[in-house]
Amino acid sequence: MNAYDKTDVVIVGSGFGGSIPAYHLAAGGAKVTVLERGPWLETKDFEHDYLLGSSYTRAFDFVVGDGMSVLGGNCVGGGSVVYFAAMPRAPKFVFERHGSIGRRMWPSAITRDSLEPWYDRVSESLPVSKQDWNDVSYAGGLWASFCDHSGRTANPAPVAVDNDRCVNCNFMMAGCRFDAKRSLLTNYLPAALAHGAKIRPLHEVQRIERIDGGDYRVHFNVVDDEDYRLQSGSGTIDAKIVIIAAGAGATPVILQRSEAALGTMPHGVGRYFSGNGERLNTAIINEERVREVLGLSREDGKVYEANHIGKGPTVANWDKLDGSLPEYERYSLEQLYFPPGLGTILAQVPDGAGSDKDVPRWFGVEKKEILKKWASWLTIFLMTEDDNEGVFGTPPPTGNAYRISQQMLGRGPLKYDPTPNTRHGWALADAECKEILEKDGLAKVAPWTNDVVGAYTVHPLASCRIGDDPETSALHPNHELRDHPGIFVTDSASVPGALTVNPAMTIAALAERSVPGIVRALQARGVDVTYGAPAPDGSITGRRAVSKLSLVSGT
Amino acid sequence: MDSDEQVKVSTLEAYADTILPGEKRFPGDHAIAGAAEGPGAVVAGALELLHTDATGVTVGLPYLAQSLNEHAKGYAKEHDLALDESLPPFVALSFADRTALVRSLTAPGHPEKDGWVSLALFCNMSFDSAAHKHTAEAIAEGHPGLLAMGYTAPDEDGLWRFPKFSYRRELARLHPDTTPSGSPA
Ligand SMILES: Cc1cc2nc3c(=O)[nH]c(=O)nc-3n(C[C@H](O)[C@H](O)[C@H](O)COP(=O)(O)OP(=O)(O)OC[C@H]3O[C@@H](n4cnc5c(N)ncnc54)[C@H](O)[C@@H]3O)c2cc1C
Repeated sequence: MNAYDKTDVVIVGSGFGGSIPAYHLAAGGAKVTVLERGPWLETKDFEHDYLLGSSYTRAFDFVVGDGMSVLGGNCVGGGSVVYFAAMPRAPKFVFERHGSIGRRMWPSAITRDSLEPWYDRVSESLPVSKQDWNDVSYAGGLWASFCDHSGRTANPAPVAVDNDRCVNCNFMMAGCRFDAKRSLLTNYLPAALAHGAKIRPLHEVQRIERIDGGDYRVHFNVVDDEDYRLQSGSGTIDAKIVIIAAGAGATPVILQRSEAALGTMPHGVGRYFSGNGERLNTAIINEERVREVLGLSREDGKVYEANHIGKGPTVANWDKLDGSLPEYERYSLEQLYFPPGLGTILAQVPDGAGSDKDVPRWFGVEKKEILKKWASWLTIFLMTEDDNEGVFGTPPPTGNAYRISQQMLGRGPLKYDPTPNTRHGWALADAECKEILEKDGLAKVAPWTNDVVGAYTVHPLASCRIGDDPETSALHPNHELRDHPGIFVTDSASVPGALTVNPAMTIAALAERSVPGIVRALQARGVDVTYGAPAPDGSITGRRAVSKLSLVSGT
Repeated sequence: MDSDEQVKVSTLEAYADTILPGEKRFPGDHAIAGAAEGPGAVVAGALELLHTDATGVTVGLPYLAQSLNEHAKGYAKEHDLALDESLPPFVALSFADRTALVRSLTAPGHPEKDGWVSLALFCNMSFDSAAHKHTAEAIAEGHPGLLAMGYTAPDEDGLWRFPKFSYRRELARLHPDTTPSGSPA
């Protein structure tokens, strides 16, 4: 081994969970190396192109499991490069959820109120802003109008988008060519680099072992730049502290594979996976009815016909985010855009559009007919409360999936069999969507099918969750892995359960909250590091808020 | 019967045409069943996409085609159908029978489901995203899927911009429990 491959902190993965500690620890004086399995793409690399091999397929990853498929980021910046940047805070009741364990699943130290200052830090750092109706895309406006027409409310979603730069191209999943999306490439990561952090792209971590003196050795493979199925070498790097932030679909797999060397993992590793209760519903809009009933029309005289114009989700319905409702009956309904390819294959032909039970719904003659109306689609994204029922099986030889395609497509060990509770939540949300969308003949809607690739999430959570109870959580409330001091998990895997809204804001707030404890762990190991850096652009409003808190996070 | 290569190609074409059907290319076109008007997945480039190495399915295609024909023979036997022996068995099935067979191969619980779903995924992608071509070029060449879906050409630099994107009107009441950050309470 090379004597130089030694550092204070190794961080696995460069999404929200990795970039936020990378910045704070580097700014505080620690030597930080980030290992990221995906490529390092820059603004100029982000293409408007569905060609296999363009930034769209280089930057993300689709892993098909048994009953659940997971879509995530695969590049420096992780999911933030491909995400849609809707950044709501999670509603209060979420933190009081019991879920599948029959008592509060979040650590007692964490409530919406206690997380608020950390949300503020993230909000200042990215930054996140409120949108108004002028920022809302045609698709979002249409959804708002539907909600209003059926007696409901609707909110423009808070976003991490610089709307002055946004051209509404709807190519957000290929990375933002206009630097309008506030991905981590525009804030925490450049700030971490400025403080000396090292980022090594195309380094896929396989396992971790403990070495003499209590430090850790991290084993990685170097991945080919174009064909991710190929590896061009391997190596190791030693560190006093390891932070795993590979995303909820990958973090537990690294720990499972490390079990032989590290010793038994807590029960919660690779269990309690949540898909954030997600489903998509696709509505085929009746343009004329929308003109007549909702009185909408575009400047160019068209009514809607604008599925491909805009920026992911812009408007959400939050009427069912009501803490007085029973668990599994609370959900949000958010307008969303998904590009073709993955976004269209599973859209189903709605009932009554001439279909009967003997014709297939997701392929065939009628599917082609609804594809021709694609510009008039409205996709609604349901985020419900599921039951944390996902379990990871035996890890594949490398990474977290057997890679099928050069990029993007793989088969993973996650198994997900939704419980009646989860199905109940989905059914209620599906029914509400139908009620809103089909009122007065405005649209025809078909819910998601789990029959083809299982349930499908872009918001994987909780496969290595924090909690007070060692039986049902993998991490202490300060994000340290139980029985393995010096290993921290700070990503979506740590979030205990479904959030009923988009999770990145909460993942990021938890990562912010985890840093003071990690600083103390480094100090205890003799590293000269301090806590207290401003937001990446130097702003200090958010820091003032948290410096008033006891910086002891859960210890 | 045709050469192995022709059998493979027309069998896969028939599969792609079952996923997104189109009109026959010429009288006596057997691979395309002619179940729908306008070009379908085959004319959109399904075979080209399947033969793009990046998909990772290319080396498995001869096996998939062979297996599909075996399944078709079994299906014909089970349903007491006489198949035209000058055609590959799957191609010899009617559109309705091809559809029924593909439904069973991609149904939950079928042991080979994963493979047939991946094949369907790529056939679909040839039509709805032309993943074997640069999108701007595909549109300029008149790619039938992207045009059918209403895609318009990008700006001269190959990027899409939509200066008009919003109704710019207040269209609903906000939820009463919205916090100053714009989040749910
Ligand atoms: C298309 C899409 C749209 C989305 N839109 C939104 C949205 O609008 N709002 C929202 O809140 N959320 C959204 N999300 C979800 C959001 O992106 C994720 O919740 C978030 O990125 C998770 O952060 P993370 O740090 O846990 O993991 P990630 O951001 O996924 O980062 C994990 C990183 O680890 C890397 N990695 C994995 N395994 C290894 C390994 N073995 N070695 C080294 N590196 C590894 C991955 O390549 C990745 O870069 C979206 C996601 C997708 C895919």
